[in-house]
Amino acid sequence: MEYVSPEGLRLDGRRPMEMRQIRAEIGAVAKADGSAVFEMGNTKVIAAVYGPREVQNRSQQLSDQALVRCEYSMANFSTGDRMRRPKGDRRSTEISLVIRQTMEACILTHLMPRSQIDIFLQVLQADGGTRSACINAATLALADAGIPMRDLVTSCSAGYLNSTPLLDLNYVEDSAGGPDVTVGILPKLDKVTLLQMDAKLPMDIFENVMQLAMEGCKAVANYIREVLLENTKTLEYRRGV
Amino acid sequence: MLQSKSFVKKTKQGRVVKVVREHYLRDDIYCGASSCKVCDSSVACLSSNASPILIVDTNVVLNQIDLLENPAIDDVVVLSVVLDEVKNKNISVYNRVRALCSNSLRKFFVFSNEYHKDTYVKAMVGESPNDRNDRAIRVATQWYQSHLGGRTRVLLITNDRENKRKATEEGISAETIESYVKSLGRPDLLDLLVHPTSGDVSMGEVEDLRPAKRKVIYSEHKPMSEITSGLHRGIYHQGKLRVNRYNPFEAYVGSESIGDEIIIYGRGNMNRAFDGDIVAVELLPQDQWHEEKSLSIADEEDDEEEDVHLVPGSADDAPRTTNLVQGSARDSNSVSSRPSGRVVGIIKRNWHSYCGSLEPMPMPAGNGGVAHALFVSKDRRIPKIRIQTRQLGNLLDKRIIVAVDSWDCLSRYPSGHYVRTIGEIGDRDTESEVVLIENDIDSRPFSSQVLACLPPLPWLVSSEDLANPIRQDLRHLCVFSVDPPGCKDIDDALHCITLPNGNFEVGVHIADVTNFVHPGTPLDDEATQRGTSVYLVERRIDMLPKPLTEDICSLRADVERLAFSVVWEMTPEAEIISTRYTKSVIKSCAALSYIEAQARMDDSRLMDPLTTDLRNMNALAKIMRLRRIERGALTLASAEVKFQIDTETHDPLDIGMYQIREANQMVEEFMLAANISVAEKILKHFPPCSLLRRHPSPTREMLEPLLRTAAAVGLNLDVSSSKALADSLDCAVGDDPYFNKLIRILATRCMTQAVYFCSGDLSPPEFCHYGLAAPLYTHFTSPIRRYADVIVHRLLAASLGIYKLPTIFQDRPQLTSIADNLNYRHRNAQMAGPGLSRTPYCHLFQETADRHGGQNSEDKIEWLYCICAQVWYRRACVLDTKR
Repeated sequence: MEYVSPEGLRLDGRRPMEMRQIRAEIGAVAKADGSAVFEMGNTKVIAAVYGPREVQNRSQQLSDQALVRCEYSMANFSTGDRMRRPKGDRRSTEISLVIRQTMEACILTHLMPRSQIDIFLQVLQADGGTRSACINAATLALADAGIPMRDLVTSCSAGYLNSTPLLDLNYVEDSAGGPDVTVGILPKLDKVTLLQMDAKLPMDIFENVMQLAMEGCKAVANYIREVLLENTKTLEYRRGV
Repeated sequence: MLQSKSFVKKTKQGRVVKVVREHYLRDDIYCGASSCKVCDSSVACLSSNASPILIVDTNVVLNQIDLLENPAIDDVVVLSVVLDEVKNKNISVYNRVRALCSNSLRKFFVFSNEYHKDTYVKAMVGESPNDRNDRAIRVATQWYQSHLGGRTRVLLITNDRENKRKATEEGISAETIESYVKSLGRPDLLDLLVHPTSGDVSMGEVEDLRPAKRKVIYSEHKPMSEITSGLHRGIYHQGKLRVNRYNPFEAYVGSESIGDEIIIYGRGNMNRAFDGDIVAVELLPQDQWHEEKSLSIADEEDDEEEDVHLVPGSADDAPRTTNLVQGSARDSNSVSSRPSGRVVGIIKRNWHSYCGSLEPMPMPAGNGGVAHALFVSKDRRIPKIRIQTRQLGNLLDKRIIVAVDSWDCLSRYPSGHYVRTIGEIGDRDTESEVVLIENDIDSRPFSSQVLACLPPLPWLVSSEDLANPIRQDLRHLCVFSVDPPGCKDIDDALHCITLPNGNFEVGVHIADVTNFVHPGTPLDDEATQRGTSVYLVERRIDMLPKPLTEDICSLRADVERLAFSVVWEMTPEAEIISTRYTKSVIKSCAALSYIEAQARMDDSRLMDPLTTDLRNMNALAKIMRLRRIERGALTLASAEVKFQIDTETHDPLDIGMYQIREANQMVEEFMLAANISVAEKILKHFPPCSLLRRHPSPTREMLEPLLRTAAAVGLNLDVSSSKALADSLDCAVGDDPYFNKLIRILATRCMTQAVYFCSGDLSPPEFCHYGLAAPLYTHFTSPIRRYADVIVHRLLAASLGIYKLPTIFQDRPQLTSIADNLNYRHRNAQMAGPGLSRTPYCHLFQETADRHGGQNSEDKIEWLYCICAQVWYRRACVLDTKR
C-alpha cells in the first residue's frame, strides 16, 4: 500500500511533516474543576479533572504527596461501528496507566499531600493518535483546574511508512502496522516524559522519527499556550479587571 | 491550507460502514509547466514550447498505454484522480504510467488535482462516481486553461462521447485520441491505437467492414454479481486457468472449492479465457466428463465457419488447420474420472503483450490502407489475435509484439493492436530477443549511473583493506577454485589444511561482492531488479556490470581478492566441530576446471600439496554426500544440456549431456555445507527477517503424473518420504540408458520449485528444503550472479557485527517483496535457458528424429509428451541412430 505518493502527499493530502488540524476548547464540563476538549483532525477527546480533593479510599492515601488517578475510556460511538466496550479492558487499562504516569511527572504532587486528583478521559471520536490527544486534553484540563504543574505536557505521535517519517498518524496510517512512536515532552524544560514504541526501528531512523514527533509536540505546546492565554484573557475580561 | 471533509460510505465484508476521512486541500500544488510564472518551477517538466498540454482521462490511459509509451506523445498531465482510477482497475497499467511519470526523459507530470483547493470536486447528489471523476477531470482542465492563460493550449483527450460533449460546452478543447493522433501526421502511431468498442466515439472512416451477419460464437459471460453469488452457493468454482502447453485446446482450473483440477476442453468451453486468468467455472454434468473432445473442436469450428461471410482480404480467410498434439491425454481410464467444466465468467484478466508473428497471408489487393491480420503468438497457449495494421508489408516476416484489447462473444479471436517490431523472423538476435522479452529479462546495457558506482580500474587490494581489522589475511593459504571450463565469474574458492590434531580445516571463500555493491546505490537497485544473471546458449546477461563480474569480484588465480569466508574444523569423518565466518583477503593459487581437478585426483603419480588437498576434500565430500543421501536428499536430474558452439559463427554444433564428475560433486557438497552453515547463523541473529530458501514437500497430487507414468511402464514408486522416493528412483532402471534420467527429470518437473522467502512469513517447520533434506537452507555462494546471495552476505556481515543491517531488510513486507521478485526472476531465467535451447536449435535434431520417429514404440511417444524434455529425447534418438 502506498501511504506517501511519489508527489509527496499522504492519503489525506498532508505532506509527511504536517500535523492534522488541532483545536482545543477549555471548560466543556461545567461541573468538573477543570475540563477541556481537544481535537486532532477527526480524533476528539474530552477531559475532566476533579481535585485536589479528599481521598475517597483512605487506604490509598499518601502522606507526602497527592494521589493521581486516571481513567481512559472510549465511547461506544467513537469508531464507525458502534461497539459495546467492556470497561477496563487491557488496552484502556494500559493507556490509563501511561497517561497517569505522564501526568504525575509534571504535577507538583508534593504540594498537595493527602489529597487526590482524578483525571477522566473519554474518546468521543477516534481516528488515530488518541493517546496523544488524551495527554494534550489532560494538560489543558489540569491547567484549567489550576493544579500546580512543572510545565505543560504535550504529546504527538510519528510513524515510519514507505521509508518516510510521518508526523501525526491518522487511523489508516496507524493500522498500516508500521512503527508508531508516541512522545510526550515538557516543552519548556525540554524533557521527555513519555516515549512509546511497539515495533523495531533502526537507531538512526528512530532518532529521526522521534525528533519529528518532538517537533510536533512543540507545535502542540505553542498552540496550547495560546489557548490558555486566550482563556485567561476571557476570564480577566469577565471579572472586569 | 484549507480543510474539508469528505464523507464516504464503504462496504466491508458485507457490512455497510460509514467512513469519515479528512481531506486536506492545499494551495502549494504546482502546475508543472515551465512557462508558468506563478508556480514553483523546480519540479516543472512540461515543455514551454507551442505544443499543447494533453490531459488524458482514465479510459485513455487504460486502453492506450502503448501509445502513451511512444516518445511521440509528450507534455502529458496525469491527474491524480485518473491515477487512482487506473490503479483500481489495472495495477500493471498503473505501474507503467508511474514509470512514465518518473522517467526524466519523458514529459509526464502528475497533478494532484484531488488535493488542490481549486480543482477539488465534491460529488453532487445523485451523481455517480464515474460522472464525478469525469467532472473532476474537466474542472482540472479548465483550471489549467485559465491558469496558463492562453499561453499554452490545453487539450483534453477523451474517448467518452458524453464527456467530450460536456467539455466542449464548458469551453474546453477536447479531442478523441484518434483525431489527436491523426493530427500529428504519423501513420505508424495509428497502429498502436486500440480500437474503440461500442459506446465510445467511433473511429470515423475506419469503420468495421465486417458484415452485420455475425454469429455468436461464445456464450456471454455472466455478470459479476451472478458470479459472486454463484461462487457463494458453490455452483461456480473460482481458480486460475492454466492452458496445457502442448495442447492449447485443453486447460485446467485448480479449484480450492472442490479440491481438484477441473479440466476444460475446447475453446468454446474456455469461453475467451486466457492462460493465467482468474475465472469462474461451472461443472459440466458428469456424463459429459469424457475426454478427447479437445480433438473434435477444430472440426466443429470449421463447420461454423462455413456460413460466416467474410470480407475478402480479411484475416479470417487464412487457413485454419490446427495441428493438434495428440496423446497427452491418452490413458482414458484416469481422465474420465476427472471433472470437466466450462468457463462462465472471467474474474481477472491476465492480458499482457505477446511476442509472435503474423500468419502468412497474401497482401490485400490494391488498397494501401487498413488491413486485418491474424497474429500467432510464439506461446502456443495464446489464441491467435486479430490486429489492424496499415503497414502489413513491413510486418509480415517480422517478429512483433502485440497487446490484447478485447474479445467479444461475436468474434472467434480476440482483437489487439500492434506494439512494436523486434526483427526478422529466424534471425538469431531476434529469436534470442524474443525469448528475453517472453521471460521479462532486462538485457539492456547498464546505465551510466550504475557504472559510476564501480571502483576505478585497474582495481587492486589496497593497504586499507589489508589493515582493516575485520578482514583476515588468508593470502598464505593454498586456495583454489574449481569451475566449469572457461568460467570467468569465479565466485567460490576452497582450501583445506590438515591440522596437527588430525582434523581438517576446510574453508569456502566467496567473492566479497557486498564490498563493492552498497545498499541504496543505483548499482544495488539495478541488481535487485535483475535478480540473477541469465545464461543463454551463446551469451550471458550479467546481474552486475562486467568489470565486477569478471575482474574485481572474480576469484581468479594469482591475484589478491577480497572474500567472505566460512571456515570449518572437520574431523576426518566430516563432522563439523566449529564454524567461523570472516571477511578475508585471499590469493587463489589455481583456477581449475572440473576436468583438470578430476584429472589431478585420478592421477596417482601427482603428490603435490594442491592435489593432496583436493583428495582430502574429496574424501570428506564423499562422506558428507553419503550422509546427505541417507537423510533422504534427492538426486534429481534437470535437463542440463551443454552446447558446443562454433567459434566463428556462434551457431551451436551439437548438444551433449552435462557430465557430472566427482569434482563437481565435491564442490557442490562444500557449497551446500556453506549455505547451510550461513543459513543457521543468520536465522539465529535475525529470526524475523532472514532470507532463506525452501523447497516444499510435494503433495501426492503433484506427484500423480509421475506415478501414472511409472505405473504405465510397470514401475512402482514409493513417494511416502523423500528418502523413500530417492531409494525407489535409484531402483528404477529400465533397459534404456536414459530411462533413469528421464524418470528423474519427470520427478523434478512434478515438484514445485525451491523458493526464496523471508523467515518471518512462515513457521520454522515450513523452512525445510525437501530436495536437499535440510531443515534450513539459503544461498550464499554465488553473489556475483544471484542477488539473493548479496542479501545473505549483508545479513551475515550484520550478524557478525561488521556492518549495520540495511534498513530495508528489517522491513518484513519489503524483504518479502524482494524475495518474490527474486523468485520471479529466477524462474524466468530458468525458462529462458531451456526455452532458448528448445526453440531455435531443434532443427539440428529434427532430421534424425524424423527418420527415427516411426520405429519407436508407443510407450516412448507417450514418454515424449509426458516429459517436456524434448531435447533429451532427441538426444537419445541421436545416440540410438549412431549405435
